[in-house]
Amino acid sequence: MNYLDFERPIVEVEEKLKELKTYYPHREREIRRLEKRLSKLKTEIFSNLSAWQIAQVARHPHRPYTLDYISRILDDFIELHGDRTFRDDPSIVGGLGKLDGESVMVIGHQKGRSTKEKVFRNFGMPHPEGYRKALRLMKLAERFAMPVITLIDTPGAYPGIGAEERGQAEAIARNLEAMSLLRIPMVSVVIGEGGSGGALAIGMGDRVLMLEYAIYSVISPEGCAAILWKDGTKAELAAEALKMTAKDLLHFGIIDGIVKEPPGGAHRDHDEAARLLKEALKESLDALRGVSGEELIQKRYQKYRSMGRFIDTHGSDTLRDS
Amino acid sequence: MVWFRKKKVKVPEGLWIKCESCGEILYKKEVDRNMGVCLRCNHHFRIGPRERLAFVVDEGSFEELDHHLEPTDPLGFKDVKRYKDRLKALKKKGASKEAFISGRGRIRDVEVMIGLFDFSFMGGSMGSVVGEKIARLFERAIEEKRGVIIFSASGGARMQEGIFSLMQMAKTAAAIGEFKRHPYPYISVLTDPTTGGVTASFAMLGDIIIAEPKALIGFAGPRVIEQTIKQQLPEGFQRAEYLLEHGMIDMIVNRKDMKDVLYRLLSIFRR
Ligand SMILES: [Zn+2]
Repeated sequence: MNYLDFERPIVEVEEKLKELKTYYPHREREIRRLEKRLSKLKTEIFSNLSAWQIAQVARHPHRPYTLDYISRILDDFIELHGDRTFRDDPSIVGGLGKLDGESVMVIGHQKGRSTKEKVFRNFGMPHPEGYRKALRLMKLAERFAMPVITLIDTPGAYPGIGAEERGQAEAIARNLEAMSLLRIPMVSVVIGEGGSGGALAIGMGDRVLMLEYAIYSVISPEGCAAILWKDGTKAELAAEALKMTAKDLLHFGIIDGIVKEPPGGAHRDHDEAARLLKEALKESLDALRGVSGEELIQKRYQKYRSMGRFIDTHGSDTLRDS
Repeated sequence: MVWFRKKKVKVPEGLWIKCESCGEILYKKEVDRNMGVCLRCNHHFRIGPRERLAFVVDEGSFEELDHHLEPTDPLGFKDVKRYKDRLKALKKKGASKEAFISGRGRIRDVEVMIGLFDFSFMGGSMGSVVGEKIARLFERAIEEKRGVIIFSASGGARMQEGIFSLMQMAKTAAAIGEFKRHPYPYISVLTDPTTGGVTASFAMLGDIIIAEPKALIGFAGPRVIEQTIKQQLPEGFQRAEYLLEHGMIDMIVNRKDMKDVLYRLLSIFRR
């Protein structure tokens, strides 16, 4: 069983409880007492996590990934493959499905759990083909007036020879431009790691949400530490400085909402995490229902156009807020 | 991300300079007269935006816009130094106010909007001011029915502005999306170096993409790639010639021919 350092007290109680329930199910009072303690412990520990600890939760090896959510949230799902140009990139999955009867297109980064699957999924780091597949699916959804849901969970776009050769930058750039002109509603949720341009490349939703213990940043804390501190071990400081948690981004007005996770994090209860995500998705889709294509484009333009903070030494509105 | 080691950005001061490509010792005045290009091997030195303007638009035609936009520190960011103090130090040095200048200009009889990066200002990194200036440039171009030319030279997004800098990718791409609904051209010129979030947004979205010879152009920086794949990179990897060969850019143009090529393109688009 994999767990993080700060989770140890929780895991200890969890194990004791499991043992008790298996071998001494009649000791109900003790069980109830322990359950109460567990719940209190989860709340205590998880309400006081540092940015670095949150990053660890966002990357937890047991955290639910895109396909874990898809199988729990959609009534039906048919995966579609390939960018029609080079190959199918398993770091991004996508396909058609039904969300409580409504036809939707779902696209997301996909990480692997076993070593073999991790390699197959390239640790959730897409090549240009992945982004081109995503764009193809968005365009397909547009033709049938279906909303698009994107789930973001990547350390970043893959930095490799083939990726550069085939235009990693162009693929990301083209997606950004194309998303700004999509005539259908799009809801994007950072479910784990929102790694820079590789995350944004499928993330320009009309509404952008983050799971409670997800992170979203221009650079990984390790990368930032290596460059600015010239010391990769300063990642903890960098995580704090980058302000990459859901709370920070909501405060900055970059995201529209935070999706609650089960007590102790999404990895403790995939079913409950999926239920909470589904609820949030439905709420966002409802809010976007009936808005015309042109209006969606205009509003999306305004949304991203207004992001940024600077001083305008001319104007009366000296500080433009996001 | 700005990952570049400190490297001489301008043709260095002094009477003589050494070409970083062929090693030839050159008389600086002669290099300056040659637009910052090595007389022996055609190496294109990095040059500043004001110098470059003189080679691109007609003398006296440039009218700078949005120079009153200044960076702020939305995160209260501090690494080994405070972002605020970095900005203050740059201001004191009397260097540029930001990593990008923009405005109106004229190339012979064509009026254009033009923007140029300043790599000497925090590695030409894109923060909120750069993104805002670019968005305004495209919006003005629509109003004034002009084409847009952007000369890029950037390490990417400005880490010190965190998520705000990342969102400038979305913002500039959206501005171009809107611009492209109109019949005016956007010419993107990639100069050494253009990487990261700048390449992965407006720089690769030109209707026409031009590069200077041998310019380093890519998404990830070469050192990051080397560390990831634990392999030496092939000769010429991520250089302009490599991108041309792989279909990522339209052409490579020498600095001395740039104005002429831009003019010809703009004239044809104008119809
Ligand atoms: Zn030379």
